[in-house]
Amino acid sequence: MAITTGVSLTRRRTRRVEALVRRLLLLCAVVSVATTLGIIGSLLFEAIDFFRVVSPREFFTGTSWGPTFKPATFGVLPLASATVLIALLGTAIAVPLGLGSAIFLSEYARPRTRALVKPALEVLAGIPTVVFGFFGLTFLTPRILQPLLPGTGVFNALGAAIVIGIAVTPLVASLAEDAMRAVPFGLREAAYGLGATRRTVSLRVVVPAALSGIMAGVILALSRAIGETMIVAIMAGQIPNLTLDPRQPMETMTAFIVQMSLGDTPYGSIEYKTIFAIGTTLFAMTLVLNIAALRFVRRFRERYE
Amino acid sequence: MSAATLARTVGASLATGKRAERSLGSLAFQLVLLVCLLVGLLTLATLLVDVLRKGVGGLDASFLTSLDSRFPEKAGIRPALVGTLWLMGLTAVISFPLGVGAAVYLEEFAPKNRFTSFLEVNVANLAAVPSVIYGLLGLAVFVRGLQMGRSIMAGAMTLVLLILPVIIVATREALRAVPDSIREGAYAVGATQGQTVWHQTLPAALPGTMTGMILGLSRAIGETAPLITLGALTFVNFVPRGPWDRFTAMPIQIFNWVSRPQSEFQNVAASGIILLLGVLLAMNGVAVYLRYRYERRW
Repeated sequence: MAITTGVSLTRRRTRRVEALVRRLLLLCAVVSVATTLGIIGSLLFEAIDFFRVVSPREFFTGTSWGPTFKPATFGVLPLASATVLIALLGTAIAVPLGLGSAIFLSEYARPRTRALVKPALEVLAGIPTVVFGFFGLTFLTPRILQPLLPGTGVFNALGAAIVIGIAVTPLVASLAEDAMRAVPFGLREAAYGLGATRRTVSLRVVVPAALSGIMAGVILALSRAIGETMIVAIMAGQIPNLTLDPRQPMETMTAFIVQMSLGDTPYGSIEYKTIFAIGTTLFAMTLVLNIAALRFVRRFRERYE
Repeated sequence: MSAATLARTVGASLATGKRAERSLGSLAFQLVLLVCLLVGLLTLATLLVDVLRKGVGGLDASFLTSLDSRFPEKAGIRPALVGTLWLMGLTAVISFPLGVGAAVYLEEFAPKNRFTSFLEVNVANLAAVPSVIYGLLGLAVFVRGLQMGRSIMAGAMTLVLLILPVIIVATREALRAVPDSIREGAYAVGATQGQTVWHQTLPAALPGTMTGMILGLSRAIGETAPLITLGALTFVNFVPRGPWDRFTAMPIQIFNWVSRPQSEFQNVAASGIILLLGVLLAMNGVAVYLRYRYERRW
C-alpha cells in the first residue's frame, strides 16, 4: 500500500513537471508569433507617425525622393521602381538558370554528379551577400559590364541584378528540384513507355506536374530579390533615380534603409520615421509574395504526399 | 569537369538505345541545362579565385591582431573578429533552446488544430522576411524599447530571431525522421511523453538538430544589413569586452572597407572576406561531417 502511494506520488509529480515543460515549449513556439507581431507593431508604430507628417498620396505617387533635401520630398516611386526593376531582372536571370539546373539534377545527373554539384550549389547559396557585392563592384562591373556595355556606370542596376540573379539561383534550383523529385516515377515511366525522350519527359511530364512547386520557387526568388540589401547597397549606388535604364545608378528601398542607418538619424526625427515607412512598404510587398508562395507549396504537397 | 560530365550524360542517354535521345534537339537541350548549372558554379569559382588573388597577400598575423586604420597597410580586423565571436556565441546560446523547444513542441506535443497550423504558417513566413526588416525590429524593440542600446546583445537578439525559423525547420525535419517505433518502444516500457522525447527522440535527432544550428549560425555570421540597421558601428577602434559594448562585425567591417574610395582598401576587404569565408567553410564542414558521421538511416 505504502509503495503504491509512493509510485503514484512520483507519477503525479512527473505529470506536473511535464505539464510545465509543455507550457515552456509552447512559449518557445509562441516566440515566432511574437516576432511577427513585433515586426508589424514596430513598423506600423513609426510609419503611422510618418504618415501624419507626409500624406500617403505624396508618398505613393510622388516622383522625387529626397528626405534630406531642403525642402524635403517624399515620393517613393524612384526607390520602388528601382527595387522592382532590379528584382524583376534578377529573377529573370535566376529562374531559367535555377530551373535548368534543377532539371539537370533531377532528370539527367547521375548520383555521383549530384553528390558533387549539390554541395557546390549550397556553398553558392551560403556566400554572404556582402561578398557578392564586393565581387560585383570590383570584378563584374569593371571587368565585364563596362567593356561590353559602354555607358555603364561604376554603380549600376544591371550589375546588381545579375549578381542577385546568381545569388538567388540556388534557391530556385533547390525548390524546383524538390518539386520535381516529388513527381511519382510512374508518370515518367508511362511517358518512357510511350517512347518519349528524356527531353520530352522533362518538359512535358515532370515540369508540368511540378509546376506549383516551381511557381513557389519563382515567387520566393522574387521576394528574396526585392528584400536583397547588401548587393544593391554596394553595387547600384545611392542616387534615387526614376529611370528604366539599367546601366544607370539607382537606389532601392533596401539600399536607402542602409544609407540612412549609416548616418546619424536621431530617434523621433522624420528621417528615422522614413526608414520605417520604407520598411513597412517593403514588408508589405514581400508578405504578399510569401503568402502566395506558401499557397503554391501547399497545393503541390497535397497532390503527391 | 564539364566535358567529362557532358560525356557521361551523353553516354547515359546513348545507353537507353533510343535514337531520339541522340537527335540534335535532345543534345542541345542537355547542353543548355548544363550551361545553366555551370553559370552558377563558374561564378562561384571566379569569385573565390578573385578574392584569393586580391586578399591572400594581406592576410598575416598583424591583419588579425590590428585595429582598423585609415591607412590600408595598417588596417586590421581584430575588433570585428572579436565582435563576430561575441555575436555568434550569444546567438548560439540563446537560439538553441528556443529553436529546439519550438520544434519539439510543434512536432511532438502540438495538437492538430487551427492555432498549430497558424504557428506553422507563421514560421514559414518569417523565414522569407527580408533580413533588413529584422534590423528595424531590433532597432525598435531591443535598442529602443528594451533599452539595450546599440550593443552586442541587441545585435545577438536580432540575429536569434532571424535564424530561429532555420533552426525550427531543420530540427522538425530531424525529429520527423525518427521512426515512431522508437517512441512506441519507450511508451511500451512505461515512459511518459516527456521522458520519451527527452531520452529517446531528441538524442536520436541530435545530429540533424546540430546541422540546423550550424546552418542558422552560418546564415547569421554573414548578415550585414540587420546589424547596420540597428546601428552597429562601421568604424571601431576598440575591442569589445562584453555583451553590452558597442561593436562592429566582420561583414560590416568588410562593407566599410569596400565603400572606401582608396583602391588599396579593396585588397584589405578581400583579406577580410577570405577570413569570413574560411570560418564559414569550417562551419559547413562540421555540419557535413556531423550529417555523415552520426546520421542514422532508419
